Amino acid sequence: MKATQKLTLIGVSIAAAMVLSYVETLIPVPFAVPGIKLGLANTVALFLLFRLDWKAAGLVSLIRVLLSGLLFGNAASLAYSAAGAALSLVVMALLKKTGAFSPVGISVSGAVAHNVGQILMAVVLLGTDQILWWLPALAVSGIVTGLAIGAAGAVLIKKISIPIR
Amino acid sequence: MDKKKLRNDIILILAVLIAALAAWGVIALTQRPGREVLVEIKGSVTASYPLDRDLRIDIVTEDGHVNTLVIEGGRARIEAADCPDKLCVKQRAISKAGESIICLPHKLVIRISGESGVDGTV
Repeated sequence: MKATQKLTLIGVSIAAAMVLSYVETLIPVPFAVPGIKLGLANTVALFLLFRLDWKAAGLVSLIRVLLSGLLFGNAASLAYSAAGAALSLVVMALLKKTGAFSPVGISVSGAVAHNVGQILMAVVLLGTDQILWWLPALAVSGIVTGLAIGAAGAVLIKKISIPIR
Repeated sequence: MDKKKLRNDIILILAVLIAALAAWGVIALTQRPGREVLVEIKGSVTASYPLDRDLRIDIVTEDGHVNTLVIEGGRARIEAADCPDKLCVKQRAISKAGESIICLPHKLVIRISGESGVDGTV
């Protein structure tokens, strides 16, 4: 792939991820446990992970977290998202590398890892381990949302092919 | 999708699910009745109230944010808060040792401590 193609693809991906992050803020969360969310923007990270590489997925996630934190969140939500996104990407990239899992399995792991990352950041910021009590509920929600997002991501990966080179 | 990946996916997801449910079970089984309500701001306990006495008090953090703590009939809850998401208000009332209500924006934790000096942090 040419550098300009790659640059364009990353730009479009960031735009798509931003739109998805915005759409997500419009969806009310019916649960009392903070940190439960759909993770729509992860479809973009998942797509890039499979169609380009982990670096592109990481770059897009980083910029998306920073921008959506500034636009739709606050300093605390930015810190939680950043920790979640970072851990999620590491886990997804490693599992992708094993070649043993489909996008759905990787999406679920990424979603659960995102929740674990958020909780760990909250433990650090709040200085309390009380919040670890939420982990089981968040993990289950991560499995459910990860399945949905993974199914969507799998369709994207299948339908949108990128000419290599 | 090939079969091996599907199988691996299922194993992976089940493993995570079982771990989460097991943790949940352990939490539920080890719960004991609580005795005191502790108020923690940024990780340090700033106040404690007996769970068996009804109470309504405004907790004010350093930067001037307010959460209204209510203890009623042996259960503690946050009745009102000036944070944007109000998640602490939506969380259910707590009464068992180790249970907590957490207000992330205000770095505030309300938790229940256990019996006879041994607190509920398992």
